[in-house]
Amino acid sequence: MRDAPAGTAGSGGTLSLRNITRRFGAHTAVDDVSIDIAPGELVALVGASGSGKTTTLRIAAGYEQPDGGSVAVGGTDITRLPPQKRGFGMVFQHYALFPHMSVEQNVAFGLEARGIAKRTRLERARTALAGVGLGGAGGRPVQSLSGGEQQRVAVARALVIEPRALLLDEPLSNLDPVLRQSMRDDLSALLRRANVPALLVTHDQEDAFAIADRVAVLSKGRILQDGSPTELYNNPASLDVARFIGRGALVPCTISGGRAAVKIGGRELSFPVPRDATVAGGQAHAILRPELVELADAGAADAWQGMVLARRFAGSTMVYRIELAPDVVVEVTGGDDQAQLGARVGVRPRGVPVPVVGG
Amino acid sequence: MRRPAAGTWLLALPVLLLLAWTVLYPNAAVIVGSFEGGLSHWREFMASPADREALTSTLVISIASVAASLVIGVPLAFLLTRFEFRGRRALRVVATLPAALPPLVGVISFLFLYGESGVVTRGVQGLFGMEQSPWRLTGLWAIVFVHAYTMYVFVFLFVSAGLERFDTSLDEAAAGLGASPRHRLRRVTLPLLLPAIAGSMLLVFMNSLGSFSAPYVFGGGIRVLSTQILASKLNGAMGLAYVETTVLALSAIAALGLFRLLQRKQRVVSTGKGTITRRAIRSRPLQLVLGIAGFVIVIALILPHLMVVLVSFARDGAWTTQVLPPEYTLDNYRRLATDAQLWRPISNSVVMALIATAANIVVCFLAAYLLVLRRFSARPILALLVALPWAIPATAIALGLAATFNQNDLWTGRIVLVGTFWILPLAYFIRNVPLVATAAESSLRQLDPALEDAARGLGASWWLTMRRVVIPAARPGLIAGGLLAAVTAVGEFVASIVLYTHSNRPISIEILAQLRALAFGTAAAYSVLLILLVLAMAIGARTVEEQYA
Repeated sequence: MRDAPAGTAGSGGTLSLRNITRRFGAHTAVDDVSIDIAPGELVALVGASGSGKTTTLRIAAGYEQPDGGSVAVGGTDITRLPPQKRGFGMVFQHYALFPHMSVEQNVAFGLEARGIAKRTRLERARTALAGVGLGGAGGRPVQSLSGGEQQRVAVARALVIEPRALLLDEPLSNLDPVLRQSMRDDLSALLRRANVPALLVTHDQEDAFAIADRVAVLSKGRILQDGSPTELYNNPASLDVARFIGRGALVPCTISGGRAAVKIGGRELSFPVPRDATVAGGQAHAILRPELVELADAGAADAWQGMVLARRFAGSTMVYRIELAPDVVVEVTGGDDQAQLGARVGVRPRGVPVPVVGG
Repeated sequence: MRRPAAGTWLLALPVLLLLAWTVLYPNAAVIVGSFEGGLSHWREFMASPADREALTSTLVISIASVAASLVIGVPLAFLLTRFEFRGRRALRVVATLPAALPPLVGVISFLFLYGESGVVTRGVQGLFGMEQSPWRLTGLWAIVFVHAYTMYVFVFLFVSAGLERFDTSLDEAAAGLGASPRHRLRRVTLPLLLPAIAGSMLLVFMNSLGSFSAPYVFGGGIRVLSTQILASKLNGAMGLAYVETTVLALSAIAALGLFRLLQRKQRVVSTGKGTITRRAIRSRPLQLVLGIAGFVIVIALILPHLMVVLVSFARDGAWTTQVLPPEYTLDNYRRLATDAQLWRPISNSVVMALIATAANIVVCFLAAYLLVLRRFSARPILALLVALPWAIPATAIALGLAATFNQNDLWTGRIVLVGTFWILPLAYFIRNVPLVATAAESSLRQLDPALEDAARGLGASWWLTMRRVVIPAARPGLIAGGLLAAVTAVGEFVASIVLYTHSNRPISIEILAQLRALAFGTAAAYSVLLILLVLAMAIGARTVEEQYA
């Protein structure tokens, strides 16, 4: 029990995954993945199920051994160190709270494993619980907690050991949508306060964008792109990344001279591309997002023609789903009552830069 | 929503009365009988050193059997669920084989193997050139030895199931929080397995408490309550037998209550989805050790079965002082099929088991239907009646029947069944009520209660709803439970020995008779037949369960 490292917040240094590879038989689950996470930085690993993100997390935690590559913290190699000696805080997808212990016993468990006296550890557990807004819940059985409360207990349990790094496996995926919104902010604040490297795995790019400093998109075990949410949103490195981020129709275009031209239904319209776009010319795809296009009158000369398939009320605006061609459907934000269902309308670029992606 | 109570009562009343008459009444008669003539029978019991010894040994044997079963069953369950190695699946199947031995057959095979003239005993004796046999398979520890072999399976199965349901992320969470493997076992794994462990301990305890064949065959000088009961009955000391029976039944019920209390203390936890990650054993030396240990375990587990099969081909009377039987023949089997006297027990057992099981299926279906899909005030009483035979040792049940159905007196609800063919099917029926009812209940629980209402709402009559909705839902449980009930009934020994007559003697009684006549081959041939019947029906039950799962 003494061998468990007593990590001190912020002192652990950078968490580095270098060229991590993991094979299951003939299938390569993780393929040459490298990520560096600085103390206080929150990196989200996003990808569809089966993309290798959970395996990567489990390798970082020590539950799996990589076939190649290394895991290091603050420059010390810990690839072969078992989980109980890493001093990482982990939050599991279903929280993995010990059902036979009370809330504070759960939170105190990591301190118990470190041989800390009962009184001290329960005191610290209560402090940690207060830190996640569960001050009075220490004596309750964990089964009596709601999903959101369980999640916060799991976070408190991971934080109270003053971990050298935090690892979170789909921490928000079991919460209902309303709770999810508020937990994003709470979680983000808590993780930043811990001031250690934090790696979060999620299949939900909205969660990732909302709380992470950096997002790494994983597909088939490989990192497709690793950058800030804005970078990924405005300048996706590939069609796959663009598709994963979504929130926009991918429409083939031709690029020349800082402008992209899109031809739909025999009508070609052009619009500017961002100055830092990586594609300078030739064939590409434009990402027509709802806020980059607007509705126009049916038959307008400077608009593509289409029909309203659906309308979705989104608070201050209305989102219209419009079919421009049999395989081209775009979403457009507009005013409350701009077009009826089934109406013929025009759609045109607003004239602001539209992100493009090569291929 | 729920049908008016009148209809429910129309169905519930006959079921309640039947169960009260067959399950409750005989046991009450025993208790009443024990007070016939005031407290004199109880005083006699208290004063008898033999009875005090019997009570003590019964408890000691039961506790020791539980301990031994835990020592074997828990580590084996861990090994076979947590680790991956060559032969794991095969070992898993073999580990459950002792459960396929009918009680008496297990005892006999141990006699053939480890008895004074057993194969292993003689083998060891010859190997080391000993003058006398190295051990004697008799007394308290011999009984515990046999119990451990046949009953550790409960522990193994319960703990394996518990481990398979175990949420491994809990173990991983504990590891991530810095807990050493030992700390994890003590603080996380074992506490969460406690309900499974306690449940299996209770099963072993109850089985040991009522165990009859092992003490009867090689108890030596050891007395236990179940054998005392039979001895008192044979001596005509019915009053004393009633007291002994009451004490045995009360011990069982007390044990049940104690374990329930324990289980309630430990907040029972089901941990939902289990993802098992088996650790592959990579180290070469460890693989070798495990391979050898596995081989030894398999042999030890399978040896009793092999031995019975081997002896069933031995010529009766030829096997005397040799290590292995010297002459082999098919005669034993041929005689079973051709000699009417020898065939009789087989047809008896099969017919009586079929009658009992048919009654079980009808009555237990109705009881399960009432328990799961109906609300009525007497529901707890019905639940109690259905569970009662499980808590009462078979010897006690048998003695109750002997005490009740020995005279014709319609006013007190008594008819003469003792000495007739029907007493044994009745005993088998009672013993299997809990088994079949539980199986039917668990099937019916998967039926959405709204379905029945929906069918009725669509205009279906009560009978049509029953036939098309309720009975099909109960069917898998009824078939699986019925097959298991038939298995136990075909090999039943404990109640049979109290109640049988020459004309309805079942296989188990005949095995004992052949053994007494030193016709080992014939006894073993019967045993093999029983094992085959048991295996066939167990496989049948499993197939049914899988088909409907």
